[in-house]
Amino acid sequence: MTAVTPAPPSTAGAPAPADIAPGSRSGGRSRLRAAAGFAFGAALLFAVAPLALSDFRLALLAKYLCVAMVAVGIGIAWGRGGMLTLGQGVFFGLGGYAMAMHLKLADAGPGGMPDFMQLYGQLDELPVWWRPFASPWFALPATVLLPMAVAFGLGSLVFRRRVRGAYFAILSQALAAAMVILLIGQQGTTGGTNGLTDIQGFFGYDLDDPVNQRMVYFIIAGVLLALLALARQLIHSRYGELLVAVRDSEERVRFLGYDPASVKLVAYVVAAGMAGLAGALFVPAVGIISPALIGIVPSIEFVIGVAVGGRATLLGPVLGAVAVAWARTALSERFPGTWTYLQGLLFVVVVAFLPGGLASLWALARRRDAGPEQSRRGWPAPARRRASRAEAHR
Amino acid sequence: MSDDRLDGLSVRDVRVSFDGFTAVDGVSLEVPAGDIRFLIGPNGAGKTTLVDAITGLVRATGSVCFGDQELLGRPVHRISRLGIGRTFQTSTIFEELSVVQNLDIAAGARRSWATLARRRRGIPDEVAAALETVGLTGRADQLAGTLAHGQKQWLEIGMLLVQDARLLLLDEPVAGMSHEERDATGALLETVSRDRTVVVIEHDMDFLRRFARSVTVLHAGKVLSEGTVAQVQADPRVQEVYLGHPVDAGPVPSGLEA
Amino acid sequence: MTVLFGQLFTGISIGAVLLLIALGLALTFGQMNVINMAHGEFIMAGAYTTYVLQQSITGAGLSLLVALPVAFVVAGTMGVLLEILLIRRLYARPLDTLLVTWGVSLMLQQLARDVFGSPNVQTRAPELLTGNVAVPGGLTVANNRLFILALALAAVAALTLALRFTPLGRRIRAVVQNRDLAAVSGVPTARVDRTTFFLGSGLAGLAGVALTLLGPIGPTMGTNLIIDAFLVVVVGGIGQLKGSVIVAFALGVLQATGEYLTTLSVAKVIVFVAIVAFLQWRPQGLFTLRTRSLA
Repeated sequence: MTAVTPAPPSTAGAPAPADIAPGSRSGGRSRLRAAAGFAFGAALLFAVAPLALSDFRLALLAKYLCVAMVAVGIGIAWGRGGMLTLGQGVFFGLGGYAMAMHLKLADAGPGGMPDFMQLYGQLDELPVWWRPFASPWFALPATVLLPMAVAFGLGSLVFRRRVRGAYFAILSQALAAAMVILLIGQQGTTGGTNGLTDIQGFFGYDLDDPVNQRMVYFIIAGVLLALLALARQLIHSRYGELLVAVRDSEERVRFLGYDPASVKLVAYVVAAGMAGLAGALFVPAVGIISPALIGIVPSIEFVIGVAVGGRATLLGPVLGAVAVAWARTALSERFPGTWTYLQGLLFVVVVAFLPGGLASLWALARRRDAGPEQSRRGWPAPARRRASRAEAHR
Repeated sequence: MSDDRLDGLSVRDVRVSFDGFTAVDGVSLEVPAGDIRFLIGPNGAGKTTLVDAITGLVRATGSVCFGDQELLGRPVHRISRLGIGRTFQTSTIFEELSVVQNLDIAAGARRSWATLARRRRGIPDEVAAALETVGLTGRADQLAGTLAHGQKQWLEIGMLLVQDARLLLLDEPVAGMSHEERDATGALLETVSRDRTVVVIEHDMDFLRRFARSVTVLHAGKVLSEGTVAQVQADPRVQEVYLGHPVDAGPVPSGLEA
Repeated sequence: MTVLFGQLFTGISIGAVLLLIALGLALTFGQMNVINMAHGEFIMAGAYTTYVLQQSITGAGLSLLVALPVAFVVAGTMGVLLEILLIRRLYARPLDTLLVTWGVSLMLQQLARDVFGSPNVQTRAPELLTGNVAVPGGLTVANNRLFILALALAAVAALTLALRFTPLGRRIRAVVQNRDLAAVSGVPTARVDRTTFFLGSGLAGLAGVALTLLGPIGPTMGTNLIIDAFLVVVVGGIGQLKGSVIVAFALGVLQATGEYLTTLSVAKVIVFVAIVAFLQWRPQGLFTLRTRSLA
């Protein structure tokens, strides 16, 4: 910066209040708190849950944690980046199918074919696009890279053309619809409506064995914690600040010399990768991946957990996703109809009247305790109807 | 600072039309390096549209050069990286972020992804300097949305400073400000123009008389008159279409002064 | 050739249904910036209205004629209720209306399941609409599809005339083009919004009646249709009806010919890719109402 003269406006501005702690947020204390939080979470997931829960419940928890991974990604893309993605099921599904294809091939043994192919497809040999998945060196990276590549393709096409907001939401949902119809239509090679079922082994371990199921649970818990650490770094980095800026005023960011499309693209691709990983781990945990798990309805259900927990916070999406998934299991077994009503009501009440999710209640309580702490408010202020002039050109 | 060149703005025969309506109709003007140029004109004269064209927000024909760089035809963020910064009539700071975060983002368009992926430690020098210049040092950690109106405008100007803008295009920077705030803003413009070129769209005639070094009057998408404040005020054409009434009763938007 | 023509006409009639649905969405999205996912359940309401009326009115033709206005009013009333109870509070948050109305749509679907049962039900089509009409060239078109096409075109014509020539239409256009200016000019924007919602939702009800002629109806019939209809609005552009009209038929035909040349599932993907490609060229849709505030 060039040398500057004494500040002219400071005479006119109100005297600076002294009570604002300078730069406290990025200081060591919050970092310590985060470390403590992670340790607590790890203890809960690795010690308390395995001891307290039956094998059956632990397997359920493993499934919920997979949903939570998707939620972490949605929290970044939607909560921080403002991209309401209603098609995360696509990425979850790509990861899940990539993993399931590998496991099915491994189950079938060298040169073998998955059982359903002879049944529905009357195929004599493995389709070409299945073959690479026989190798774990291809299949495992593919569970993450494939969804990221699809997100990159779609995202770079639509963000650059400034397709956003509701338009983007609808497109992402249409992608989920198209993917499901494609999977169902190609029954001979994808298993159709049934999906890929009855997966027996996981890299040589028998998935029917409760010990191995526990191992899968531990892997899932570890990956979730790692994703949370990644998300935390992302949110608190300069990029995280920039992403919020793009969410709140894309045009303004453009005038500062950034290309908002690439800023959004990163968040969208990261969210897709997380969903892919979640899908990949969901397969050994549950033993199945099918169109019903990845279509329009599950995709939007991923979002509700995030909304309930608090879309713009780090932990809100995770807790919300687990809570909603748990409530669904608990209620839908006994009162299936009631659960649907409740789920609908949850959407209405949370989004309409508590847009910050449960996290906003927590933040409110904390603020009352801690006095006027000015740190991030965690949820977007109701969008101003009259956006900036630049925004009006859209 | 990457370079301290002082460049002028050269606009030649710029036209902008929206669905058959020509908002800017062949405007040419030269703003020499280091000038504080005021653009005035009645509502609909094409002032803001001209700035929109310069910054790439609307498509235009003709030529706009800053220094030796042609601006027309480039995307908005590329134009910005050439050192063109602008503000809007309504303040467009990031209200959910703190003052420092706002400035840090403005400073960072050339940062690498590796830098972006890391956390900001403390306050970068150029951000501190800008905080000082615009008088917001004491409010560094406040959420930008909680600033007073005048302070928001200064934050915007501060963002242009850290952005390293060498041409500042300010759209009604003092609208809605108090007398004291206007004075401070004027002084700020004078400071800033020492190593930058400044173009201001403004309706406030009092502010214009005190701080403009040169004036361009637009009317119906065309340049009506150009010169010093005195020359423009003496121009009979200007008086006819714009200053026909007593000067002070011009379209002062705030109404605070009259 | 005959098959292709049949597919083409099928595509046109799919487009007609999409159009009936999309018109309402284009109205509400264009005017209020509201994404109403429960619009699909208004279609369902129209369809079940036809079903219920057939229980008491035995003549299939007569019941269909009665169903048209009744379904319009039933769906329209549901729309107005939704507007008053929820959407009115969310006008500044379009993405949130999407999620909220999705919740409403879940509840309405469950309600339909509880009242009518989960399995699909079939209505009787009037005899007049079951046959085929011969058209020159030795080709035939199905009567029911012809009826649907006529219904959609009549709706477009009525809506266009209403928007252009009635005082209400002028008010709607005023609000679409500049809400604030309309409000300060004395247009009761809240009432106009409600009326628009009534009209748009009513059109979905008509679409529901039309769909009873094409196959069985069920609680989730709206879910897939609503996405296609939204795509019509996205591609067609908001604020003008002609975009929706063109794109609805184009999508219908593209879907049907894609199906003919490949399979249903691949056709869906083709349509999606075509839409993304189209948005590269016109990201704001075919026709956009360009407003530029001079403030």
